[in-house]
Amino acid sequence: MLSRRIWDSFFRVPLLGWLIGILIAVMLEHLLGDSLVDVLGLSKIPALFGFVIILKNPILMPGATLYVLLIYIIPVSAVARISSWPANKLAARLLDFPIWFSVVIHLGLFYAALHMWSEISAYRLLTLKLTLIAIMVTLSLNVVNGYMGEFSCSHPGFMALGAYAASVVTVVLFVNDRLFGPALLAPAFGPFIFPVALVTGGMVAALGALAIAIPSFRTRGDYLAIISLAFMFIIKSMIENLEVVGGPRGLSSQPDYANLPIVFFWTIACIWMTNNFVRSILGKALNAVRDDEMAANAMTVNTRRTKIIAFLFAAFWAGVAGGLFAHVLRYVNPATFGLQKLAEVLAMVYFGGLNSVYGSIVGAVSLSLLGEALRPLEIFKWIIIPLLLILVMIYRPTGLVAFKELNVRNLVKPKQ
Amino acid sequence: MPLLQVEKMSHEFGGLRAVNSYNLEIEAGQIRGLIGPNGAGKTTIFNLITGIYKPTEGDIILDGKKITGLQPHRIAAFGIGRTFQNLQLWRHMTVVEHVKLARYSRVGYGLIGAFFGTMKRQKQEADIEEMAHNLLKMVGIDHLSDQVVTNLPYGDQRRVEMARALSMEPKILLLDEPTAGMNPEELIQMMEIIRRVHKELGMAIFLIEHRLKVVMDLCQMIQTLNFGHVIAEGTPEEIQNNPKVIDAYLGRESLV
Ligand SMILES: Nc1ncnc2c1ncn2[C@@H]1O[C@H](COP(=O)(O)OP(=O)(O)OP(=O)(O)O)[C@@H](O)[C@H]1O
Ligand SMILES: [Mg+2]
Repeated sequence: MLSRRIWDSFFRVPLLGWLIGILIAVMLEHLLGDSLVDVLGLSKIPALFGFVIILKNPILMPGATLYVLLIYIIPVSAVARISSWPANKLAARLLDFPIWFSVVIHLGLFYAALHMWSEISAYRLLTLKLTLIAIMVTLSLNVVNGYMGEFSCSHPGFMALGAYAASVVTVVLFVNDRLFGPALLAPAFGPFIFPVALVTGGMVAALGALAIAIPSFRTRGDYLAIISLAFMFIIKSMIENLEVVGGPRGLSSQPDYANLPIVFFWTIACIWMTNNFVRSILGKALNAVRDDEMAANAMTVNTRRTKIIAFLFAAFWAGVAGGLFAHVLRYVNPATFGLQKLAEVLAMVYFGGLNSVYGSIVGAVSLSLLGEALRPLEIFKWIIIPLLLILVMIYRPTGLVAFKELNVRNLVKPKQ
Repeated sequence: MPLLQVEKMSHEFGGLRAVNSYNLEIEAGQIRGLIGPNGAGKTTIFNLITGIYKPTEGDIILDGKKITGLQPHRIAAFGIGRTFQNLQLWRHMTVVEHVKLARYSRVGYGLIGAFFGTMKRQKQEADIEEMAHNLLKMVGIDHLSDQVVTNLPYGDQRRVEMARALSMEPKILLLDEPTAGMNPEELIQMMEIIRRVHKELGMAIFLIEHRLKVVMDLCQMIQTLNFGHVIAEGTPEEIQNNPKVIDAYLGRESLV
């Protein structure tokens, strides 16, 4: 009875309260993390919630668990619970202003927490950036495979196009490079040109998508899966044979422009724009085409145009994500964009949930983190993750959080 | 000039001549019926008019404009709305989303609005939403507007079909057995809706029906189809007493 009431009280904590809790927990880690690690007999601050430590050395399990409990779980839930009342008041107050104001405040808090969390180690920072990029890729593929109900396999190809196109722009302009000669612009312009480079990457990917879309969406039928798969392999071998960009050895020395705020910004932009799109009438047309194409047609929906737009849109964001990816690692090679990448992205889409922005976020975050956390298990990782996928497919065939609409106003509103 | 005119339209499936030299003239605002036994070719005629199939021969003219062979979405946008005999709803979408989506060709905010959620879009979507609720009230299912259609009973799904087609603001509405599978009470309600829609919105209606009672009540003129041929055309009384019609239905089902 009592536990039930405590449990319920957490449902009355608004998002704002949770964000404050997380922020304070992360601050606590900065202040006390190192000393707590000494007390608990751990060698360093657990990078990803103790999973890696436990799997590497099970003896450290109590210490790592205690660490996660003391630094994250207890402070977050305590602060969230305690701040519930003022946080609800504040959230209600924020809604007196235009909605974007409240959203910016929430995002600001969230970013601050992520930023401080990632400062603890370079590994955390890298994992975080790659996870954000995975969200973009997953969400954009969900537009095609979930919202539109087609089966596309070309996303690694789009990422490759974006990665290489964006890299070529920044390397030609700002790097004294073996392949491309001296820099053409002063490095000071770099951060300002970087968005242009990313958009270029997106555009090139969209152009590639057009080559798939025109033949695939001409008639009804399942040509897309096979054509897009072929496309992925063609792009890969094309880059392998393109010596200008380093062939199979890859392309390196991208300038260091993809810092956390930039990656975060683009991820939010991708989520925001995708959510706008899929909730508009033009975006709902994707669902109509998927559920009954003939009816969609009879209700004035230009199905071919609808499909092509959505496909190019998805490719654009995969391209932008590819551009970021290249600049986070500051190196790309064509081998990255093959079947394994495809399997990874498809898994994230179908695990997280079709036709859902939440689903894509959940899928990308959980499988990215799981992939990292299970790294010590080496080969067994490739047994556990597929098993998990199969379980989800059996019990929830459309994924964990499928067909759930992301309504920003509901997200930031007070809960009491 | 008639609103919709079909001239000597024929269609073959493989060797089967499902529609044979079919003619039709519907004036603006008229309600017309099309009856005939199973497999007579009624739905095929709708599919031909709406562009789902392209006629083997013949012409279709809407408002003086030849629409033969155009793509279905263009024909629909020119003003031909329809419902489907075997409910063709979008199973993951809510009722109100169905009605809003049929405004697709009239959406004026374009991709910029869709991607960036501009003010123009918000305003237009709000207007469309309001219009959708008005239509849902007209067919009596506004209280179900946020339900996913698959949760709805059969009769209500038929109403969604109706509201969706109306939302296109068609000049002519093609209804393919709008009362199929309904119980007597639902049937009366649906007939009431059709009358009301016709009175308030004033478009022409072309109605396929199995139950003669319905067409006899609603329509001013009725065609009877058998094996792809029009075997009789006239007022309800003329049709009712036509021996060919009685013949075509004989042994299949009762007339009334
Ligand atoms: N897509 C198709 N391919 C081949 N034959 C078809 C097709 N559609 C319909 N037919 C055939 O054409 C004929 C007319 O079918 P249609 O569906 O138009 O009949 P209907 O009058 O609507 O009948 P019902 O009252 O059962 O709905 C039938 O013999 C049917 O089998
Ligand atoms: Mg039929």
